Amino acid sequence: MEKFVTHTGVAVPLCRSNVDTDQIIPAVYLKRVTRSGFEDGLFAAWRGDPDFILNKDEYKGGSILVAGPDFGTGSSREHAVWALKDYGFKVVVSSRFADIFRGNAGKQGLLTAEVGQGEVELLFKLLEEEPGRTLTVSLEDRTVSCGDVTVPFEIDDYVRWRLMEGLDDIGLTLEDELAITAFESTREAWRPTTLPAKHLPSVPIESARSVS
Amino acid sequence: MGTTLAEKLWQSHVVKTGKDGAPDLLYIDLHMIHEVTSPQAFEGLRLAGRTVRRPDLTIATEDHNTPTLDIDKPIADSTSRTQIDTMRANAKEFGIRLHSLGDADQGVVHVVGPQLGLTQPGMTVVCGDSHTSTHGAFGALAFGIGTSEVEHVLATQTLPLKPFKTMAITVDGVLPKDTTAKDIILAVIAKIGTGGGQGYVLEYRGEAIRGLSMEARMTVCNMSIEAGARAGLIAPDETTFEYVKGRPHAPTGADWDAALDYWRTLLTDEDAVFDTDVVLKAADLEPFVTWGTNPGQGLPLSASVPNPADIIDEGERVSAEKALLYMGLEPGTRLRDIAVDTVFLGSCTNGRIEDLRAAAAVLKGRSKADGVRMLVVPGSARVRLQAEAEGLDKVFTDFGAEWRNAGCSMCLGMNPDQLAPGERSASTSNRNFEGRQGKGGRTHLVSPLVAAATAVRGTLSSPSDLESASMEA
Repeated sequence: MEKFVTHTGVAVPLCRSNVDTDQIIPAVYLKRVTRSGFEDGLFAAWRGDPDFILNKDEYKGGSILVAGPDFGTGSSREHAVWALKDYGFKVVVSSRFADIFRGNAGKQGLLTAEVGQGEVELLFKLLEEEPGRTLTVSLEDRTVSCGDVTVPFEIDDYVRWRLMEGLDDIGLTLEDELAITAFESTREAWRPTTLPAKHLPSVPIESARSVS
Repeated sequence: MGTTLAEKLWQSHVVKTGKDGAPDLLYIDLHMIHEVTSPQAFEGLRLAGRTVRRPDLTIATEDHNTPTLDIDKPIADSTSRTQIDTMRANAKEFGIRLHSLGDADQGVVHVVGPQLGLTQPGMTVVCGDSHTSTHGAFGALAFGIGTSEVEHVLATQTLPLKPFKTMAITVDGVLPKDTTAKDIILAVIAKIGTGGGQGYVLEYRGEAIRGLSMEARMTVCNMSIEAGARAGLIAPDETTFEYVKGRPHAPTGADWDAALDYWRTLLTDEDAVFDTDVVLKAADLEPFVTWGTNPGQGLPLSASVPNPADIIDEGERVSAEKALLYMGLEPGTRLRDIAVDTVFLGSCTNGRIEDLRAAAAVLKGRSKADGVRMLVVPGSARVRLQAEAEGLDKVFTDFGAEWRNAGCSMCLGMNPDQLAPGERSASTSNRNFEGRQGKGGRTHLVSPLVAAATAVRGTLSSPSDLESASMEA
């Protein structure tokens, strides 16, 4: 994973709360088996509207999204993070993130900077006064700066360390393989296993047909 | 000070305690997989030269992206077909048990796990699907994960996680007639909000919860995620043990006794303290429906569409204005007067046999409102077989509903079952987000009883509306 220390880029104010993952990327875009190319699905329903903020020239090339509270609620789809990243976003600033979304973002190197709701509104105001302004996000200092205004943001210490070092989570866990094996040796024998498979007798399933 | 059930489950699965702000490493007892959130995880394993550590703790089904008609024919949509083929190839390559379309154990992943007896008290259960919270109904710590975490669990059978906070949601008293588990959870979400549960495991307690069947408890835990919570939890009791006993993967003989001894310890200690407490009175509840575009925007069926101008919080007011615009609703309209085009009965929230029985009991001997389409989609192929054995399919088809094969169906706009733009549904599923059931579709979340009564009257209704109508007649 690429290391993240600071980032400066055009900020896009998305003045909405409860931006759920079905809005970030609708389910029809989830049929793919690849891990890239999801930028076309980002905010797909809203992008049909010419007035939608991402369709405005001054926000072309935006890489920092500033949004209202409860960003990323709903489905666990990591495609939401991939879509934001593939579009070019490096940072999402919000006053509250849904847990699964924040976890997914951390795994993928998309920074979720949590600031107070007052600070979100201050950023909205600054960005609307002068569309296309850049923000600087310093993970090192945990700050978001807009001109001479600097606001602090919160992020889990461990996630911050991992992002700044660009470390792979699975690689880190596999260093503890002995501990995993030791834990497994203590698991009760009656704990269920999926294999060998047990089930009721297999019977043919009749296919439903269209009635119309 | 005692510990909560959530804390007990956590502590019994810690492989390694995190130091200096690092997360704990938690062991995962059961990993469920489906076709949509797994292909990139398997690809990640291949690229890193890694393998699946415990195929014997892993199970896959096909559910999200599958059709519910003509399942014996090739899937028409080529990208969907590729995704299903990829699931099958990955299962084969990595030695994972897969229940494919057409198999008697295929179905929505959260229906399949419990019915096979794979979900048991005291476990940690994960799946690349946010509704994994369903399995918390057994007193298991169960939560949804993203694809990177799916890959992590495949490779290590563990997850690095920071402990969750705990919230007690106590529902005292006895539920009124026609008020169900779905109404409880919609009322909870309306009360604490879609972000109210963030960072928490919700433990549902109290007389009304204890009185619920396992399937109803699954409905409650299923929608914990709609309050933003990581997981929902209900302490196991005799109802739980009775449900698990005799299922294909349930322990037997001496193993059953050993398991039962352990399961009986899975309770929150009396002197344990929750980070947050929420109390509801069951007697105050009634059938609940949503009017907006998030599951927290719900009201009792007897209410009217709210006026955003009356909402004090600016964020919520703006959100309500946008929701009403999208939903095509006017403030002050009685919820009972909202006419729907489609009724959807199914999903991991309400696609179990009891849900189908409850709806069928309302529909029997009645006829469908003109112009309304009703889809009945069993949560699994076994549920479908059971319903057919009981003659419920006949009740649905006589009523004029469509009887489909198992899958996620219209719960999410991914497979062929979708709303057309502007179409309005009463849906027993879990999300009413913009476009969730198809681009431009409008969703009202309801219980199976309300879904059935709505299909009879054509407007949002509860079974009591049918009784009063027949008395008037």
